Amino acid sequence: MSVLFSISIVVVLLPLVFIVGFLVIQGASSLNWDFLTRRPAPVGEVGGGMGNAIVGSFLVILLAMIVGVPLGILGGIFLGEFPSSRLSQITRFAADVLNGTPSIVMGVFAYSVIVMPMHRFSALAGGFALGIIMIPIMLRTTDEMLQLVPTAIREASLALGVPYWKTVVKVVLSTAKSGLITGVLLAVARISGETAPLLFTAFNNAFWTASLTQPISTLTVQIYTYAISPYDDWHRQAWAGALLLLLLVFGINILVRAVTRGRDETNY
Amino acid sequence: MSRVTEHEILSASELAAAGLPFPARQRPSLYEKQIGDRIFRIVTGIFAIVVILIGLWIALQSYGIASPVFKSIGWWRFIVGKTWDPVSKVFGALPFIYGTLVTSTIALLIATPLGLGAALFLAELAPKWLRQIALPLIELLAAIPSVVYGLWGIFVLAPLMANSIEPFLISHFGDSPFFHGYPLGVGMLTGGIILSVMIVPFVVSVSQEVIRAVPNSLREGMVALGATRWEVLKKIVLPYGRSGIFGAIFLGLARALGETMAVTMVIGNTPQISASLLDPGYTMAAVIANEFTEATYDFYISALVAVAFVLFIITIIVNVLARLLIWRTSRGPRLIGGAW
Repeated sequence: MSVLFSISIVVVLLPLVFIVGFLVIQGASSLNWDFLTRRPAPVGEVGGGMGNAIVGSFLVILLAMIVGVPLGILGGIFLGEFPSSRLSQITRFAADVLNGTPSIVMGVFAYSVIVMPMHRFSALAGGFALGIIMIPIMLRTTDEMLQLVPTAIREASLALGVPYWKTVVKVVLSTAKSGLITGVLLAVARISGETAPLLFTAFNNAFWTASLTQPISTLTVQIYTYAISPYDDWHRQAWAGALLLLLLVFGINILVRAVTRGRDETNY
Repeated sequence: MSRVTEHEILSASELAAAGLPFPARQRPSLYEKQIGDRIFRIVTGIFAIVVILIGLWIALQSYGIASPVFKSIGWWRFIVGKTWDPVSKVFGALPFIYGTLVTSTIALLIATPLGLGAALFLAELAPKWLRQIALPLIELLAAIPSVVYGLWGIFVLAPLMANSIEPFLISHFGDSPFFHGYPLGVGMLTGGIILSVMIVPFVVSVSQEVIRAVPNSLREGMVALGATRWEVLKKIVLPYGRSGIFGAIFLGLARALGETMAVTMVIGNTPQISASLLDPGYTMAAVIANEFTEATYDFYISALVAVAFVLFIITIIVNVLARLLIWRTSRGPRLIGGAW
């Protein structure tokens, strides 16, 4: 029996080795300066890169953070400070349900709210879609981080005569600051891998653009477009783009883990 | 009644170790003395309400755009309609619901035993150093973006299926209706396999936590009565953690239902209902992703949004069930991280 279980852990971890291995083998050679700084070549031609897609991804993620982080943190403060209130319990439930919603549904929502009235695809719509995905993540992260702050700290501050709202803003938030930052980083890592909601909100763009009201190219959508295309050179670039994306996502995850390593030791 | 989380227990034991009594969090109204505190509570409360409102807004907005479809075709005929033909303006969502259910079922059938086995290994049998290495690796697996899985699926898994696995299945099980057909490489079976790889990390990490949450006193009681390690697992740990494990499985199902990119790239994108797993199919999320920008008239878009609405409702139901099951076993609501 134990042998079966040991085999299953190996089988579970095998895809990690496979996928990362293939990405490195197929994509590492194509990750060069050209790839990172040039925009796509005309269809069928060899060369070109994903420079505009990388910039586009950063812009859309930034927009998403503007939409998602303030809303999520402020709501999370209520959940963390008044955890047993009725509203908190309902909001926690709603956030968990939203967390589990497929991202493409959020994309459809962003389409109906932004793309349809504007009559065009835009970076704004893409950022909005990703921001909506970020809100419940930030909410729950802030909630848990604030509840981690020991009650003693709050009461010490209150004993010194600091009003409660100031206690939260100046003392509790500062104590939870690193936790909140890791929360933001993890949320960014998650949305940077999202493709589906961007397919019909930010759409795609073959040119350099930083305009909020024009379609914009993003790394994930570009990888998808290249992967399903019939051109070998585009396939090669898709592998390179995927490797880049994976490095970004893994990099954030590993960074967060290295920084928080001391904190959760007792859990294991 | 304040909810005591795992972390408050830790700080309580720290205080207990120092000989101090554990101060339960006072009711916040005892902290509020000034008008500033009231305002603070109201303002942050508003932001919390906003989150609930967003959820409702998503549902209402999708329903609003999809309503022409529901009014003219009707709920029932839309859900059981077998034909999706935008050219003739016939819209039936059954092929997608079927494809979603089949791929998710295959994914669950593969991921559940694997995930549970791995979780049992990590929780019960593995030494601490191995657990500390394996769990972060599993969380990394969960963080891999969907489009990367899809890329790997198109260029690695699909050829593997077409060249080795599917011919094997056809030659050995080709008579049964499930494995009848051509070794295309893409199809519902490949989609199901990719989905299983994607949901296994969730099943493993949540099950692992649930299993470790089973109190040691129960295990020790069993051992004192002379039970073997396997008997302890089978008779106490698994039954105790049963609802949590079901919750983990449901969470995996919820993710599998909504997974878009990886499935789109390997399922063959054909709106047909076929018994054979080797045939191409289509899922709800995949049709939305593929056809949304190609929809040339408003009713077409309404039909796609209607599919999105049905998907939304199904995932809400599955998520609610999953969270209820997990909340019951583990200590209170937990943040389940990872990428979808």
